[in-house]
Parts: sequence; structure tokens; C-alpha cells
Amino acid sequence: MVIVELQGRIGSKRVATASEALENYAESFSGLEKSASSREPSWLRKLRQEGFARFGETGFPTLRDEDWRFTNISTIAKTPFRLARNGHGLPTQKDIERYRVAGACCQLVFVDGLFAAGLSSLGKLPRGVKAGSLADAIAHEPGAVEKHLGKYLNIQRDAFCALNTAFIEDGGYVHIEKNVVAEEPIHLLFISVARDVPTMNHPRNLIVAEENSQATILEDYVSLGDPTEGARALSNTATEIVAGDHAVVSHYMIEREDVRAFNISTLRIQQGRGADTASHSLLLGGALVRNNVHPVLAGEGGECLINGLFIGGGRQHLDNYMLVEHASPHCGSRQFYNGILDGQAHGVFHGRIIVHKDAQKTDAKQTNRNLLLSDNAQIDTKPQLEIYADDVKCTHGATIGQMDENALFYLRSRGINESSARRLLLEAFAGECLDRMKDGPARTHVEGLIHGHLLEVAKSLRGSVARGPQGQGRRNLEEAG
Amino acid sequence: MSLLEIKNLHVKVGDREILKGINLAIGAGEVHSIMGPNGSGKSTLAQVLARRETYDVTGGEVIFNGKDLLAMKAEDAACEGLFLAFQYPVEIPGISNAYFMRSALNAIRKYRGQDEMDAMDFLPRMREKLKLLDMDEKLMNRSVNEAFSGGEKKRNEILQMAVLEPKLAVLDETDSGLDIDALRIVADGVNAMRSPERAMLVVTHYQRLLNYIIPDRVHVLVDGRIVRSGGPELALELEDQGYASREAGPNGIVST
Repeated sequence: MVIVELQGRIGSKRVATASEALENYAESFSGLEKSASSREPSWLRKLRQEGFARFGETGFPTLRDEDWRFTNISTIAKTPFRLARNGHGLPTQKDIERYRVAGACCQLVFVDGLFAAGLSSLGKLPRGVKAGSLADAIAHEPGAVEKHLGKYLNIQRDAFCALNTAFIEDGGYVHIEKNVVAEEPIHLLFISVARDVPTMNHPRNLIVAEENSQATILEDYVSLGDPTEGARALSNTATEIVAGDHAVVSHYMIEREDVRAFNISTLRIQQGRGADTASHSLLLGGALVRNNVHPVLAGEGGECLINGLFIGGGRQHLDNYMLVEHASPHCGSRQFYNGILDGQAHGVFHGRIIVHKDAQKTDAKQTNRNLLLSDNAQIDTKPQLEIYADDVKCTHGATIGQMDENALFYLRSRGINESSARRLLLEAFAGECLDRMKDGPARTHVEGLIHGHLLEVAKSLRGSVARGPQGQGRRNLEEAG
Repeated sequence: MSLLEIKNLHVKVGDREILKGINLAIGAGEVHSIMGPNGSGKSTLAQVLARRETYDVTGGEVIFNGKDLLAMKAEDAACEGLFLAFQYPVEIPGISNAYFMRSALNAIRKYRGQDEMDAMDFLPRMREKLKLLDMDEKLMNRSVNEAFSGGEKKRNEILQMAVLEPKLAVLDETDSGLDIDALRIVADGVNAMRSPERAMLVVTHYQRLLNYIIPDRVHVLVDGRIVRSGGPELALELEDQGYASREAGPNGIVST
């Protein structure tokens, strides 16, 4: 089976919808360059400049870009975001108490993208494990950082990655030495603080798991405070994970920001021989969210699980974009995404798999299941398989449905009230994603978040769903492959 | 006073009238059977009693344990002591059978002002009922009815009944698709639940089940009406002559 869809849009002409905003970014960029320490390594300046130059060339994507056709980001393009600075004072320990993760070995706290040492706890890091701020790592071990930073993230194909690279300043830095196992999760907490003007932050994370090491990383995005009308925040984050040969790395991305926030995130995983990685995404918050997951199986025998759950209501827009690249033989990838959409929420699942010429014996699987809870919720689901090898197994499937009225009646006929019955069914649906996470503090944390969130969803649903089999939620299934 | 009293019940689905004036009274401790051909309205009656909302009740009333059943939601009817064993038990992936049954039991206990049961208290109760129905405990850890065989599903219904201990159990074609061994086990489970306080309404197409669950009264439902009622011997007569025979039968009952 050979299926090819050519993607020829990158770098094509774009309409300058937001030239004023671009000027605004130029101002922020030169401000950052001026304020940066003179001792900063020259490669870092160069990396930033390349990022900004690339962003200047492409501008923001539009609906005409194949990779962005379901997600209109013109609101982001038009908003004059400023770099957020901690002039207003930091949050207090008390403010962030409720965001702690029980059982984490350390918690690094970032406020508007910058490391907040005073709020962080580095508790009990095992020997051979480093976890701290990227800015510190650049200052103290620039060679180790230079070796990997910006080496994997593709700023050519994604304007937001270019923008993130232009504004590299701080973020999480984790290094696991060869053969070391970090059993407890490393928690990176990103707090976006409400302001009276639109602000942006560009956290940049680098996770390096050397050969035969193991680690679990939890990225957690939250908002604090109530922003002034119109002063919405943009978190544009990028994470590079290097999983060395036979390394085992689990990554969790939790988006639970304010429902007015914008969140664009990219996870780029580079896998060595026999490496085993898992990406778990949980999207609950945010007005407009785009979650890119881009693993490259670069060594033979690698395994990658990409698991996600997105739950949207109101007018939320939650876009899940995956690009799984099989670049070596005998690798396996499994994508499972479940979506629950209520109100006028719009979900997107765009799962692209590229099997390169030499990646024989690839086994790639993709499943997207969606539950539409209201007549106005919408889902676009699009598998896209591009296969250049001839001995591979690739399967994909998508389902879109409503809450099963028969199951609902069955539960109610046993005495379980309507709201609890709906919650049970939603939890069962979400539970499929939980079941794919290894037992441990990270999973327990995610489970608690899902449980609390679905409790609210089920309450608001009471009697609101149309009886009977009809229901007009929009469902769009597309196929390229 | 009867535990269940149905008076002149009329039910529509869309424009079609399915039940055309049902009258039926069942006292505590009694077992009644409703027999009838396919499409006569048996399952509709069972579902309406369990308060499925897709049916449109256009007339009549149903008094259950002194209360207006038709004013109740499905969950309230269950909490008041009504139980329906489904003709087609529903599969619910992702919810374990044990969790489901404990949730149901606790919902009912809560409604009645009793303490909720934790897993430790629930387990022994569960095991005792499993034994009664010759069921494997492993079924409790599986998703509700998912990949259960036909017989396992039906036994699972009776198991729920045994756990929830209703005042009135409506069994909707619990015999369909069961081989004779499974039928005996199910019937034994049902018989073990017979008591002076509990009533049962056994809905069936065939007489065979009634060899094992002997009813006090048999009613024949044809085209939305009860056309005949009698003792257990009526079931045997129907088995001999079929429902069609009545149309030209000696008793002068003609179904319309």
C-alpha cells in the first residue's frame, strides 16, 4: 500500500492579516535581545534570530494551510500580545498550593514562562537526575544544552515553533543520566497570571533522557486571577524530548487554563533505538487550544504511544494535531484520542502518519473516538497516512456518537439518577484513556482532574440532551489514505 | 390493596397506539404472567412500567405501592422498588459489573435513607447471590454485559434483581435465547426470590418458562388488549392451541 498526499503549502504566500501585530512582535523581540545578558552564548542569539526571521517570513498560518484548515487563529494574529513580565509580584505559595501533585519528586514553577525558584520545590531528586530552569542550564552548562536545544523542533514548518524559538528565554530543563531511573514524576507547573493587557509567554522545555534511563514528566498549564476584559493570555510552548537508546519516557500535557486563554503547544520527541515513549494529553481548559505532538521514531525498534483526551464545552476550540514519523524499521506507534464535546465546542483530531522509505515493518495504529453531547458541538477528524515503505501495517479509525440512550436508561432503571448515570458513562468513555497510563502519581493526578471536570459536565447536562435518536451535532470525517 | 394496579392504560409510539386499555391488578406475593404473540405490546408494557420516556402514555393510570407510577422517573420507580429484567440487557463498556451494581444498590439505599455500602460490605452479599445463579465471580470485574454470552446476560439480570431486592420484578422475555439448563438456573433464581411481600410479572412468548416459574395468574395480551385471563392451566392451553387458534376458538374470544 502506497499512499501519498503532497503537502506543498509550507512557505507559500500568506495574506498579511496582521502586519501591525507583526510589528508588535518585532518590538518585543528587539526588547528581549537588548535585555538579554551579554554573557549569553552566541549560538543562542543565533537560534533566536533564525526563529524570528522564519516567523517574519511565514507570518501566522491561515485556514488555507492544510495543517490549520480546521482552526482559525486570526484572533491570536490580531491581538497585540506583550511579553509578560513579573512586575506585578509573584503569586504566593498559597496561590499554588492546590496545583501540587502528590507523589511528584519535584515541582518546578514557572510564572509567565520564567522560572520562579522561590515557589519551586526541588525536594528529593534521585542521583543522576537534574531538573531545573533552562536559563540556569544555559548559564552553567551551555555545552549540554547546545547539543540538543533547537536541534529537533522544526521551525520551518510551524510558525508557532519559530515564534517560540525567537523568544527562547526559560523553561524546564531535565536531564537523566544513562541507566538512571527517576521513578516519581517531575512536575513542571506553568502559571499564566491575569494582567490588564494581552500577554504572551513562550516556555521552552528540554528533556534529555540518556541511554537506558527512565523518567516521567508532567507539564501542567494553569491560569491565576481574573484578566481585564480583552486582556487574554497566550501560552506558546515548545518541548523537545530526547529519548536515548532504550530510554523509557512518559510525558503528560495538561491544559487547564482559563477558558479565555490561548494555548499553542508543541511536543517534539526524538527517539533512539528501542526507546519507548508515551505522550498523554489532557485538554480541559483554554478558549483556543492547539496541541501538536510530533514524535520521530529515528532508531530501530522504537515504540510510541500517543494518548489523549479532550473535553470541551461552551465555545472552546480544541485542536489535536499529530505528526508521527516512522524513520526506522520495526517501530510501532499507537494513537488513541477520545473527545467529549458539549455546547458549541469544536474539536479537531488531525492524525498524520508518515512512514519513510526505510521504515519497513512499521506498525502504526490510529483511533479517534468522539462523543457529541449537544446539537451544536462539532468535531473534525482527519486521518492522513503517507506511506513510502512497502512492508508496513497502518490502520486508522474514527467514530462519532452521542451518549448511548439505551445505556442511560439501563442505569436509571437501576435507581441511578440521570446526572450520575451521565457521569458514569462519561467516565467510562474517558476511562479508556486513563487505562493507557501506567499506574502512579501522574495517572492519579490526571484521574482526579478528569473526575472533577466530568462531575461539572454531567451536572450541566441534566436533561439538556435531546431525547431520542436524533441530534444534529456536526460531524466531519475525512480521509486521506 | 394491590401492589400494582393498572387501569385502562393507553400508550402510543409516534402515531401508533400500542396499548389500547390495559387493566391489571397484582397483589403482593403474587406471580402473574403476560403471554402474547410478537408485536402484541408485551415489551411496551414492561418498558412503560420501568418508565422509559420514549413511550407516550395517552390515558389511564398506574398505581404502584399506593403511588402514581406514571409520575415517576425511571430512577425513582427503581428506588420505589420496581425492577425490570431487560429482554436485551445493555452492554456498557468501561463500567465494571461490580461497580455498577454497588452504585445501583447505594442509589436505592440512599433514596430510602439507609447507609451506603462500601466494597467490603458489598462483596459477601454479592458472592452469596452469585452462588445462587451459578455465576463466575470473574464476571463482576468485567464491563457490564460486555462480551457476555446470551445466558450470562440473562443471569446477570436476575443477579441484579437478587441484589436490589425489588417489591415488583418485571421479567421481560427472560427465557428467550436460553437453553434448558440456563432456563432452570434462571428459574431457580427467580423462585428463590418469591416471597409474600414481592410480586412478579413474567412476560413471555412461550409457555416453557412457566413450567419452572408457576404463575398464579396468566393473562393473554393480543393487539394491545388483555383478551383473556386465567390460572396456570391457561398457559398450557395456549401452548397446545397457539395464539392464532383463539381467533376462531371455542371461547368466543376474537382478537382484533
